[in-house]
This record gives sequence, structure tokens and C-alpha cells, in this order.
Amino acid sequence: MTGFDFSVIPNAVPFLLQGLGLSLGLTAVAMAGGMALGLIIAIARLSRFRYLAMAAALYVNGFRAVPLILVIFWFYFLVPLLLGRPVGALYSVLIAFVMFEGAYYSEIIRAGLKSVRPGQWQAAKASGMTYLQTIRLVVLPQALRKMAPLMVTQGVVLFQDTSLVYVVSLHDFMTSASIVANTQNRIVELYVFAALVYFALCTAGGALAQRLNRDRHHAH
Amino acid sequence: MSYAWNWGVLFQSPYLGWLGQGIAMTIVISLAGWAIAITIGTLIGVLHSGGRGAMRMVTGSYINLFRNVPLLLQMFLWFFVVPELLPKTVGTWLKRDLPHPEIVTAIVALGLFTASRVAVQVSAGIAAVPRGQSMAARASGLSTVQAYRHVLLPQAFRIVVPPLTSEFLTIFKNSSIALTIGVYELTAQTQQIQSFTYQGFEAFTAATVVYMAIALVVTTLMTAIERRISVAGSAAKG
Repeated sequence: MTGFDFSVIPNAVPFLLQGLGLSLGLTAVAMAGGMALGLIIAIARLSRFRYLAMAAALYVNGFRAVPLILVIFWFYFLVPLLLGRPVGALYSVLIAFVMFEGAYYSEIIRAGLKSVRPGQWQAAKASGMTYLQTIRLVVLPQALRKMAPLMVTQGVVLFQDTSLVYVVSLHDFMTSASIVANTQNRIVELYVFAALVYFALCTAGGALAQRLNRDRHHAH
Repeated sequence: MSYAWNWGVLFQSPYLGWLGQGIAMTIVISLAGWAIAITIGTLIGVLHSGGRGAMRMVTGSYINLFRNVPLLLQMFLWFFVVPELLPKTVGTWLKRDLPHPEIVTAIVALGLFTASRVAVQVSAGIAAVPRGQSMAARASGLSTVQAYRHVLLPQAFRIVVPPLTSEFLTIFKNSSIALTIGVYELTAQTQQIQSFTYQGFEAFTAATVVYMAIALVVTTLMTAIERRISVAGSAAKG
């Protein structure tokens, strides 16, 4: 066993921080976009228009059946082709993550919407509200509390999944750590350090989800 | 959009062969990883649910550690870091003499990662068995091991079949991450076909169809198993 030299890490911090910035930024965009898209899909799936509901179900089950890496490859290949000109890997990856997360978030939102008691839906309808008004003004505010912990948990999974952009050489935290590991020939130090950072951040995210879950139980 | 379609490429040599090898590799590493996951995951889940103090801390740490580090990084840790940390002779053996180190590493990494997720489900499944069952088992004179074997685990396993099905599906999808350490599974092979032929549409469609077919087969199989093992009257919730 040769000696380990962790002094390489302080020097690499600015580069690694840039990578972490991309990982967190990607997580934020994919979460926001995924939730917005997920809400639309969930509403479509619960709607009384059968074909709309079927299309939404097809979307969700399709994305949930394939690995994220394959989805990343798909969009990395498709987006420039559809636009007719090369775009950076970042844009294809952003689109891939939003589309992919939309499928997962829609399941959380759908379960949340369905958890609101039927009486609430009926009362809203009886008060003359439309389907979308009912969701926006009555159901969603009640469902949000239930969905919040699951959304954070999914966010933690998503944050870990951003490491997969490694396959298209975007410099996220994982890829940056791997670059430093290989150029400085400090593989053990860098990967152990990266694992500690991911572990700390994901543990914090998990604790937040647990806290939201507890608050929800106290509120009832 | 200008694109020259050529579905025939999928049936040409050597691409058809690559596709077949990729499918075989995905299935092999997923099933082998699952064998590890279900064994270790059940063990840890049981110990976690019944354990107190130190035991619960150890199993809890395992679960947290493996769930809070990306699988991609775990693959790298097993592949690049662990051989460096082991005694020199073992490390050298892992790197030089072990046949197909990337495949073995992928199976171990997939298995141990999925084990943490199985453990959570098993432990939750045991917790979902009504408390009276465990009390009644003890009152009938069963030992702790007997209570688990004859009363708690049979009920817990029926409860965890649906979540375990979803973990089983996930391991096939997660097996694609093995490509980052050089395992030529399905996604890697189709990516290779795309870079050789520029027929990305056809290649990725093939992979998508195969993954969907796997999902369909697994779901159908597990629904059948669920129906077979359900105890009359106990699962009348649906």
C-alpha cells in the first residue's frame, strides 16, 4: 500500500466546486421542470378524457421502464438531430432530465392528488368549480403537504443520478472528481472524498425529508 | 430533420451479435446482482427490524451508506479504490488475475447497492406485520428464530413482493451503469452500434424495446407469483 496524499484536494477545490455547482444546478432545474411537467401529466392521467389519460400513462410507464443512461444517450443523439444543428451536451442533458423526472414526479403528484378525500372533490364540484379550479384551489394545497417529503426524497435520488452525465463528459461533481483523480494520479483520495461529499449532502436531504414527514404527522 | 433510416443495420453482422451479447450481459449481471441483493438484503433487513443498540446501528449504517452514494461512484470505488486498499497480493490478484474484473465488480456493486434497498423493504415489511402476531408466536412457545421463520417472515414476504418487484425491475435499469467501468451490457452495445454506424435511432430503439420487454415480463411474472402466494382473506384490501 502506498502512502495517501489528501493535500491534492484543497488545490482542486475550486474545480470541484464548479462541478458541484453544475450538479446542484442540474438537480434544481430537473426538479422544477420535472414537477411542472409531472403536474401536467398527473392531471392528464386523472382526467376523464380516456385517450389523454392513456397517453399520459404510456409516457410514464415508458420512461420508467428504461435506464436514465439510455435516456441521456437518446436525447444526446436526438436533440441536435431535431434542431438541425449541434447544441452542447448540457441542453440535451437538461431536456433528458426534465422529461425523465417528469415521469417520476407525476407518480408522486398523482398519488398525492388521489389521497385527497372524494368529498373534497365533490364539494368543489358542487360549488361550481371546474376540474382545473378544483385541483388548483382545493386539492393541490391539501396534497402538497403529503407530497413534500416524497418530492425531497426524489430530489436526493435525482441529485445522485446527475452523476450519470459522466457518460456525456459534462463536468458535474462526479466527473470533475474523476478528472482530478486521473490527472493528479490520486484516485483513492478523490473518489473517497467525492463519496464523503455525496454522502453528507444526501444524508442532509434525507433528514429534511424525514422532518417534513414528521411535521405532516404533527399537523393532523 | 434529415435522417437516413436503415433498420436493417440491426440485423447485420456484427451488430446483431453485439445486441445479443448486450442483452445476455444485462440479464446475467442483473440476475447475479439480484442473487446477492436478495440474500444480503433479507439478512440485513431482518437484523435491522429485530436488532437493538449496536446491531441496529450497524445495519442502519449499511443502509444509509449504500443509499446515499451514487451507484456510479460505488462502481468506481469497488473497481478503482478497493484493490488499492487491500493487501498488495490481494489487490494485484483483483487487478491482474481475476478473470473479467469489470463484470465481477459490476455484479458485486449492483448486488450490495440493491441489498440496501431490499433491506429497507424487508424491514418495513416485518414492521407491517401486526404486533400481535409476534406476541402470539412468542406466547405459543416459539423461539425468536422460529417466530421469524414460521410467522413473521412468511407474512412479511407477501407484503414486500410488490416493492421487491419494483427493486427487481430497477436492478435491470441500474445494470446499465456498469458500462462506466467497461462492461458491454445492452446500453453500451447500442451506444457502440450508434457510434459505428450513426444509426442511433435504430440502435436506441432496439435497447428501449428490450428494456420495456424485460419490464413487461417481470411485471407479468411477479403479478402471477403475487396471486399464487396470496393467503385467502389476508390481502383483501385491494
